[in-house]
Formats: sequence, C-alpha cells, structure tokens
Amino acid sequence: MRRQMHGFGGRFKDNKPEADLVTLVQLKSGQSGTVVDIQGGRRMTDRLNALGIIPGKKITKTSAMLMRGPVTIEVDRVGVAIGFGMASKVTVRPGRVP
Amino acid sequence: MTRILLMGNPNVGKSALFSRLTGVQAIVSNYPGTTISYTRGYMKLGEETAEVIDVPGTYTLEPTSEAEEIALRLLESGDIVINVANAINLERNLYLTLQLLERGIPMVVALNLWDDTRHRGVDINLEKLEKSLGVPVIPTVAITGQGVKELAENIPRATSPTHPPTTRDERWVTIGKIIEQVQQIRHRHHTWRERLADASVKPLSGGFIALVILAASFFIVRLIGEGLINYVLDPLFNTLWSPVILKLSQLMGGAGFLHDLVIGKVIGGELNFVESFGLLTSGLYVPLGVVLPYIVSFYLVLGILEDTGYLPRLAVLMDTIMHRLGLHGYAIIPNLLGLGCNVPAILATRILESKRERFIAATLISIAVPCAALQAMIFGLVGARGLGYVAIVYGTLFIVWIILGIILNRTVKGFSPELLIEIPPYRLPPWRTVAQKLWLRTYGFLAEAIPIILGAILVINVLYILGVFDAIANFTAPVVTGLLGLPKEAVTALVIGFLRKDVALGMLAPLALSSGQLVVGSVVLAMLFPCVATFVVMLRELGVVNMLKAVGIMIVAALATGGLLNLIL
Repeated sequence: MRRQMHGFGGRFKDNKPEADLVTLVQLKSGQSGTVVDIQGGRRMTDRLNALGIIPGKKITKTSAMLMRGPVTIEVDRVGVAIGFGMASKVTVRPGRVP
Repeated sequence: MTRILLMGNPNVGKSALFSRLTGVQAIVSNYPGTTISYTRGYMKLGEETAEVIDVPGTYTLEPTSEAEEIALRLLESGDIVINVANAINLERNLYLTLQLLERGIPMVVALNLWDDTRHRGVDINLEKLEKSLGVPVIPTVAITGQGVKELAENIPRATSPTHPPTTRDERWVTIGKIIEQVQQIRHRHHTWRERLADASVKPLSGGFIALVILAASFFIVRLIGEGLINYVLDPLFNTLWSPVILKLSQLMGGAGFLHDLVIGKVIGGELNFVESFGLLTSGLYVPLGVVLPYIVSFYLVLGILEDTGYLPRLAVLMDTIMHRLGLHGYAIIPNLLGLGCNVPAILATRILESKRERFIAATLISIAVPCAALQAMIFGLVGARGLGYVAIVYGTLFIVWIILGIILNRTVKGFSPELLIEIPPYRLPPWRTVAQKLWLRTYGFLAEAIPIILGAILVINVLYILGVFDAIANFTAPVVTGLLGLPKEAVTALVIGFLRKDVALGMLAPLALSSGQLVVGSVVLAMLFPCVATFVVMLRELGVVNMLKAVGIMIVAALATGGLLNLIL
C-alpha cells in the first residue's frame, strides 16, 4: 500500500517491465489499449473477469473523474466504470484498437 | 410442474422478457441490478402450465454479491434455463452461457436487444451460433415483444449438449473462437446519444449535467405533486367529501366514541382533514390527499431516470464522495430509492458486495433518507410555515447523512470493495414500462399503506381513550420537553412514527407548535425508529444483532440532532 502512495512508476522500475506499459489510471481519456496484466487478489480478478476485462482484451478509456475517482472504459461496445484503486492495478499497452 | 429460469447478465432485459412471457408485471429499468430478489409467474407450455422465474442478473456462477448468490441457489431448483444474452456484447455474455452449459441443464438462448445490433454495427450469424453452442438461439426484442412468441415455441426444444467443465481461461479461449466464427463488427460513427453518454461521465460536463438533472427532477416532482394536490385532490375532498362527512357527523350526534373514531374532531362545524384524526377523515386524507400525489410524481420521475440509464452515471460521479461514507458510488441508487420508500431501498442494498457496505447503507437510509410519504407531510405541514423551514429539515438530514456516514466509515469493521459497474447506453424511456412501473409502485403504496394508516388511526384513538398516551407522555417528558423542547404530547407522534411516519407527523399538527418546534419534530421523526415495514426488512436483511446496532445508532443520532436543533432554533 505504501509503495503505491509513492506513485505507480516505482513498481515498474523495480520489476523492469516494458517501458511503454501504463496503468488504466495513466492511460489518457480517448486513448485505446490492450490489457496486459491485472495485479490484484483473486476477488478483484474475478470481478473484472465477470465484466470481460481480462489480459488480451482491447479497451478504450472514455473518461476519468477527478480526485481519485473512477475510470470509465469501453470493452466490447459496453461501458464499464472501475474504481480508482482497481484501475491502478490494471496494466495496459497503449495502442490503436483496429 | 416444470420450472423455467430466466438467467443472464444484469440489465439484458430478463424482467421485460419475463413480463412478456407470463403477463406478470415486473419492475424493469435500465441499470444493472434492478431485480434483487426473484419474481414468479406462469406460462403455457403446450398443454401444461410451467412456472417461470425471473432470476436476478449475474455475470458468473461464482457469485460476487448477494443478488448473484440468490441466482446460483435458484439454478439448482430449475428444470429449463432461458439464458438471456445481450446481442450487443456477445463476448462477455457467452461466459455465463458456457458456465450454464457446463451445468448440463436444458437450455435455450434468447439473444435480446436484437434491434440494437444493426445500428451498433454488430452482425451475428445465428445459425453458426446455434451450431457452436448446441442449443436453440432465438433473437428477441423484449421491450416490443418481437421474437417472444418464437422463444416460447422453442422452449420445448431446450437441450443440454455435453460441455465438460473447464477453467476460466479455457472458457475465454472457447468464446474467442466462437466470436471469430459468428460475429462481425462494422465500424461506425458515434451517435449523439453516445456523445452525451461520454459527456455525462466527464468531471466538468458530468457534474453540470448531474446538477441540472437533479434540480429538474426535484422541481418536476414538486410541480406535479403540488399540482395534483391543489387542482385535483383538495377540491375533491373539500367539495365532495367534506359535505358527506359533515352530514354523517350530524347523523351520529356530533360526539361520542364511535363518532370520534370514524370522523374525529369537528370544531365549530369545520373539518380539518389533517387534524381531526378520524378513520374517514385523516385516515383517507393523509394517504390519498397528501401522500399519493407525491408518490405518483416521485415514482414517475424516478422511473424515467431509471429507464434512460442515467443512474449508473450518477454513481460514477458520486463515487469519490460515497467512498468517504464507506460506500462506493453505486450505493447512491439504494439511497435514491429510499426517497420513495425505505423498504425497497434496503432490499436494493443487495447490489452492494460486502456486509459492511450493506450495514452502512441500510443504517444511513433508515436514519437520514426520508420516504416520500413523510416528505409529502413535511411539505404540507412545515411548508405552510415557509419553505425556509423545509430547507432546514432537508439540510439537517443531509448533514446527518454525511457526518454519520463518515463516522460509520471510520468505526465499522470490514471491507468495502471498489466500484465496478457496467454503464448501459442511454435509451429513450419506453413509455409502456414507465407507466407499468408507476402503476405497480402506486398500487403497492395503496395496498400496503392504507390498511396500516387506518390501523394506526384506530390504535391512536383507542390509546387516547385508555389514557395510555398520557402515561407515556409523563414518563418521557424529561427527554421530549427537556432535550427536544417539544410539548410532552409530541411523544405520541414519535411513538406512532413506528407505525406510519406520515400519520405521526400529522399528529404534530394540532399541538400548536412554533415553527422551530415543528422542524425539530419533523427531523426527529424522520430519524428516530424506522416504520414497522422498514424495521422488518432491516431485521431480515441485516440480522438481529446488526439491526439492534442500527437502532441504537438511530436513537443516539436522532436525540443528538434534535437536541442540537432545539438549541440553535
């Protein structure tokens, strides 16, 4: 928990993942991408899985609310709102959705 | 009897399909989680009658909320499943379809919202989909009834092809293969509805839209409610009912036990429908003349809001604030429902995932969210002293809602998960479902409230005559008079508040209270003790221990707030 407080960049430096990966929170509104990884407990992955948010899925970010508010995305033509904490654990590779 | 289950993801139109199949009216809205318990109906299946159950929506058979657990339990009792799937979002809907197939229960798939596929650029090859799944697939449009006949005809064709149980990842691989074969997506431009949809979840435009919608809703509820009272119900009661009652009063000799019970007090040949407290006067005027107009106007506006699909967007906007209260944004929906009636509101807390959230939400609703019946009386009685006083009542309850939420968030143990909801597209409200829902809810009010109101008035009259109220009044005088600054007779209203809050507030009317006292009385009445119907539903939903905790919090909060208001006003 503490580590997250210091910013999301820290974790990436430690683990040396690909440089172009961002979290759903960092992805810009209007930008598309592919879900790469979901770093969360079983409960969280289950809930995201139920809404079709799984690694490999193409998504487009619609908006983000201020003050650590939820992120809204579009998955398979359906809108989904994801709480800030959860959204910060979903890693995405930005890129155009065909 | 054959038992048919309607199962599918939330907000795919199961309840609309259920109404079409059975003729039983069910509440239909455009947000996930409208149905939180099940509804039962019957339909003809060939020669036989089959039972049809409208199961709460579920994304998966590994439940993540109470409503989903109910769905899973119901599945075990079913003979045939009609799996209702959203044709716009086949990928995700097929996940539950595969899980159901693995269960080996005979199944038919209803591919609902079929009319949306064309303009959303989705092409589905039905024959190939049928072949891949091994069960009949029928396209339907539940709202208009299209395809429903075909669906009913195909129910006997339900089959259970062998699908061995698989893991989550394997299911997604299977879905990927099916989708590749059966579905094609055409590119298309955004429509104005989608632009509006995007704007309503962006911070600035979304906040603005929310303010406009909420202000307009409040204004329209009041406009219709007051309009019905001033131009329809008051004239009816004053010109038609009043002479009948006065005549009856004369016939009954103008006094006596029976007269007081049926007609109540008639002062100088004048009737006051609120204050007289007879069965045929206040007993009819409170539910029909004061509360009914607001029930109709509130549920009309709520129904439209529900069907457009706006409420989940409000949940997104409110999420940050609701987190401070130990809830997430979606909890705004039960709270809004509470402004109509606390009973369905507390049932609706089932859409929240954790016990902690449900306790906090139910406690907040029962304490600080006044129901439409009470609000109608507040507008009637407190509003007569000036709208500023009404604003004080609402402002106080809102502050209590916030502060109590913050305190509960800090003190209640447990875990509050984060917001994760589907946001449906905007739709123009189907007027048929709006009208149907309004009728169901209004009828529900009439059927449940009128007997209790008449019973309450009967009890009040009997207790008065027996002198019970005097005893209670003297016993509680230190609190009621000392702390709240109300005359000791006001305690009778607080006691009756347990039966019906609208009647109870009416009991404050003849006490000649100052405006400040009326505000204190209204606030305390709103907060202290839920009415008996809410009490029962809290007991059922929270269990004895948590319900007692909630009641304890309620008493402390009500007396503290009332005492404080008494000092200020």
